[in-house]
Amino acid sequence: MSGAHHATVDAHGHAIPFSQRGPESIGSMISFGFWLFLLSDIVIFSSLFAAYAVLNGHTAGGPHGSQIFDLGGVFKETSCLLLSSFTCGLMLIAAERKQMTRFYGWLVVTWVLGAAFIGFEVTEFHEFVVKGYGPTHSAFLTAFFSLVGTHGCHVTSGLIWLLVMAAQVATLGMNPKVLRRLFCFSLFWHALDLVWIGVFTIVYLGAFHVHA
Amino acid sequence: MSTHDSHAPAGNDIHDASTTYGSYIWGLGLAIILTLASFASVVFHWVWGPSEPILLGVLAIAQMGVHLVFFMHVHADDEGENTVLALGFGVFVVALVVFGSLIIMHNLSSIMPTMDQLMQMQR
Repeated sequence: MSGAHHATVDAHGHAIPFSQRGPESIGSMISFGFWLFLLSDIVIFSSLFAAYAVLNGHTAGGPHGSQIFDLGGVFKETSCLLLSSFTCGLMLIAAERKQMTRFYGWLVVTWVLGAAFIGFEVTEFHEFVVKGYGPTHSAFLTAFFSLVGTHGCHVTSGLIWLLVMAAQVATLGMNPKVLRRLFCFSLFWHALDLVWIGVFTIVYLGAFHVHA
Repeated sequence: MSTHDSHAPAGNDIHDASTTYGSYIWGLGLAIILTLASFASVVFHWVWGPSEPILLGVLAIAQMGVHLVFFMHVHADDEGENTVLALGFGVFVVALVVFGSLIIMHNLSSIMPTMDQLMQMQR
């Protein structure tokens, strides 16, 4: 991620100031810019985490997390997302090496695992709403649906993005521009798994600690 | 754009050559161990109750580190300097928002009368 290919000293052996070393490669600028976007996205999540932490106990006579969460389901979701993050990495390696069959194969596996995650999550939300524990029931449930729902929306947009990337690879081929976009996608996908670590630790496992 | 492209060889301007299967397999292995440990410590009550959040916190931070290093390839070398600086600032803002909100709301609720007390005052 940097301009290792730029000279750092001039012909006389004097160090060239950073400001005069010329432009960075487009690849490192794009990945750094996308990295900044991801960090700002994580700051959005931090405010939702803060709201959840503050409102956690405000159940308004309704259920607490430990009474409605199903750890088995959460474990399935976690496994899907982690494996999907791993296969996303394999997909990127295949893309760089121009191994198209492997690339499409890992792309499909990554997409299916991500879709399975969303499936489990929608089932869970549906079950809560049917039981009467929708987001309007208590401050705790509002914070829960906001935090987990925002993460779910991110994963859903990731799934759409992945379909768009598949179409771009199919029509434009694996050119440097498409490869850079795939790299940004993989960063996005790993970042969502990173946020999920916070969600399953604080929201789900944390709930069982409080009422253990 | 094309002038910039000509600077860098198309294949490796984004990724360093160290990106191999090994990094992802190590990452997956460590992440699986840490995830299983988190769930197991809650299900089987491995540790004394009050210390459980600390164990969960340590396991979560460790797994985030594993993801950053093995999946996202963030390294604190010359090449990753700006990435790590930005990450440090991000962690700072996140900690400020989360712990700041918790401390402020805790203080607020400890000095504010409860809803029952407020109702009493109104009478």
